[in-house]
Amino acid sequence: MSALSDQLLVVAIFAYLLAMICHAVEAGFGTRRTAAATVPDRELAAVAAAGTGGGPTPGSGPAGAVDPAGPTIDKSTGTGGERTGWSAVGLAGWFAIGATVLGALFHLACLVTRGIAAERLPWGNMYEYVLAITFVGVAAWLVMVYRRPSLRLLGLFVALVMVALLGLAGLVFYTPITPLVPALESYWYAIHVSTIMASSGVLLLGSIPAAMFLLRHGYEQGRRGFPYLLAKRVPAAVSLERLTFGLHAFGFPVFTFAVIAGAIWAEHAWSRPWAWDPKETWAFISWVIYAGYLHARATPSVRRTTVTWIAILGFLTMLMNLFGVNYFFESLHSYA
Amino acid sequence: MSRPNPALALLRNSWRQLTSMRTALILLFLLAVAAIPGSLLPQRDVNIENVDAYFAANPRLAPVLDRLGMFDVFASTWFAAIYLLLFTSLVGCIVPRLREHVRALRAAPPAAPRRLDRLPQHARWTTAGDTTAGDTTAGDAPAAARDAIAVELRRRRWRVTVTDDSVAAEKGHLKETGNLVFHLSLIGVLLGVAVGSWFGWNGNRLLVAGPDTAFCNTVQQYDEYRLGPRISDGDLPRFCLELTDFTATFLETGQPASYSAEVQVDADGGAGRTETFSVNSPLRLDGANVYLLGHGYVPVLRYTDRYGQAQTVSAPFLAVDGMLTSEGVASFPDANVDPATGERDPQLQVAFEGLFLPSAPQQPPYVRSTHPELRDPAVMLWAYRGNLGLDAGIPGSVYQIDQRQVEAGRLLPVGDPQLLRVGETMTLDDGTTIEFLDISQYVTLSVRHDPGSGLLLASSAALLLGLMPALFGRRRRVWFRVTPAGPDAASTTPGSSLVEAGGLPRTDHPGFGDEFRELIRALGGDAGPREGRH
Repeated sequence: MSALSDQLLVVAIFAYLLAMICHAVEAGFGTRRTAAATVPDRELAAVAAAGTGGGPTPGSGPAGAVDPAGPTIDKSTGTGGERTGWSAVGLAGWFAIGATVLGALFHLACLVTRGIAAERLPWGNMYEYVLAITFVGVAAWLVMVYRRPSLRLLGLFVALVMVALLGLAGLVFYTPITPLVPALESYWYAIHVSTIMASSGVLLLGSIPAAMFLLRHGYEQGRRGFPYLLAKRVPAAVSLERLTFGLHAFGFPVFTFAVIAGAIWAEHAWSRPWAWDPKETWAFISWVIYAGYLHARATPSVRRTTVTWIAILGFLTMLMNLFGVNYFFESLHSYA
Repeated sequence: MSRPNPALALLRNSWRQLTSMRTALILLFLLAVAAIPGSLLPQRDVNIENVDAYFAANPRLAPVLDRLGMFDVFASTWFAAIYLLLFTSLVGCIVPRLREHVRALRAAPPAAPRRLDRLPQHARWTTAGDTTAGDTTAGDAPAAARDAIAVELRRRRWRVTVTDDSVAAEKGHLKETGNLVFHLSLIGVLLGVAVGSWFGWNGNRLLVAGPDTAFCNTVQQYDEYRLGPRISDGDLPRFCLELTDFTATFLETGQPASYSAEVQVDADGGAGRTETFSVNSPLRLDGANVYLLGHGYVPVLRYTDRYGQAQTVSAPFLAVDGMLTSEGVASFPDANVDPATGERDPQLQVAFEGLFLPSAPQQPPYVRSTHPELRDPAVMLWAYRGNLGLDAGIPGSVYQIDQRQVEAGRLLPVGDPQLLRVGETMTLDDGTTIEFLDISQYVTLSVRHDPGSGLLLASSAALLLGLMPALFGRRRRVWFRVTPAGPDAASTTPGSSLVEAGGLPRTDHPGFGDEFRELIRALGGDAGPREGRH
């Protein structure tokens, strides 16, 4: 079972690699399909403009042409938005999304078999943790792309990150299966670690639209230099910004819960709910930064680019916590 | 009118500055930045040994950093200054908002604006007239339609006010309520931490198994302790603990699988009772919690001196690796006291430096245990004779021989080290013997009382409960104006009314258009999927 899990990891990596190639093909050769490029743009700009009551409109042309109500983004109502979204997906796009779904399934199977082999939840060391957190990321991504197909070009980055992280996990972090150390033998292991992973996965994923927004914003301002040109075919800046906020607004309370659950567990295991262990310190830093992001976004006088840079900063602190703390500092959280 | 007092004006301006969102954001980032050195540099509160090691490695830099509070970041004045300013700013921000919110909760939704078609969402339709009722009720038709709308809105939990010809409704005050709850509970969290720090206490203690080594809860019996500023020695609850059993199980790889400590608890005069606790399930006593932090082995050694006097020492050894290879010292400062004169010869004190191997390897070198369980326990002993330096009054480690005495030649190694198994005896050059009698165990405990933890937990729960509506709540308003359908409306039957509706999202809310259309449909109007396109 353990060997099967290891093989499934390799298969999943190849599926993500395939997805990456398909996304790249679509990005590279899809330019002739102008309809495919502009329709999602139009849709998303409209979605973004809907109901803002005179919020900033994007610089791109289509937004003004569409009524402020716009086609609905709610797929359950089955209105025109869905058809426009999915019909714009080219063959390469379908292959890319299919390969990502396939990769996610193998990824999940890899986790499940690992869990069965270990007879416990599969997030007991760094290797398993990276596998699980990347799965949360890819699952959240698939939900996102299902609801807004026009975002799918971001899948290039998602697949790239997947291949890189899973490769890193397999090559650097790989650990043979062992049972949990007594310190982890607690139901808080399921609660704290799963919510930390879910929130970290969503918050890390949120950095992708955030970075894309910054590029796209520059592109819409008329910049055509190196990084900005990458954003030529991604959705309108306003919708990227809204998506960034949505992911962070979802991730932040889950992260808050996870930290509180961690504090309760710490009281059980280490006698103090909060001991400024490096992991805790960096969780505190991330929490404060993300709180700053949410406050800044609720403040009209702060520019949206500034707001989004704060989200990027939060992303860096999360990365620092996920990887940096485990390798640079002596931490009570080092179980890998 | 007198001129405004410049000092007061300055104060007012400063207060405004402090409570502005801009300042709050800057303080938030300062707080994040200020926490970074707390993770980069060792902290006294987390691990004091690492701080000492840092001092040894950076003798010039460390004192400078220390003066800046870099080794006590989270207790430093500058860190406190940031969060206290932040909380002042927070209070200054939410108190007016609280007042405002209470007023808004009491107030009726504002009256309908004149031009409902100017609002982001808009719809109009005519209601079907009541054809059976005849002309007499025609004038009441708008009022009936208006009341029907109000009833439906109330059913959908909108706050509704009805005026002459219009209905005003509002929803989503929960957002601001959640917002205020979230920020108020942050103050609760801070208070919880403060209460825990002022009125709490904690201590660490190494507890060797057996009735002779039981420990009672007084500050003198702790290896290290901290009392909150509002706590004195006498406030500690009275109880005694005796370690009666400790079980650790390990995998073949040496990885620990489980720990379990059994203690006899004697609380304040009552009968003793037996309790079991382990990592992740602490022993909850009245007024204190006892946490299992670590464990180790205790070789029991008996030294028989030149006069035939035997003394037994249970020396806790500290683990140096995961296989519980442990180091320690057994000291016999009262060895070789002449029984005839009662005189102690300070040159004839004896100590043994030991390396304990719970599972000794098959053959030399005997430097590392092969497994943490007691499979083939053995202790390697190095004998020393001379002045142990215990009388000098300089605090030294009880786990190491005082190297200053060895370097000064006052304490000399005797013979070669020897490996002993339980029951074996080693004879020194002067004929004295040391016997490895037995192996006992010890646990390291943290005993802690934190009276702020209840407040902390409640505040955290409230914080989370407030956060959800604060993030996902949406304030929005809808208005309806119902007028008798004009005579020019040819298609309408007598007694029909013209309903005009408008909707305004007060917060960024992309789904409001859908909600509005759904509401209009439910009220009998036809907003259509593309309402708003003219």
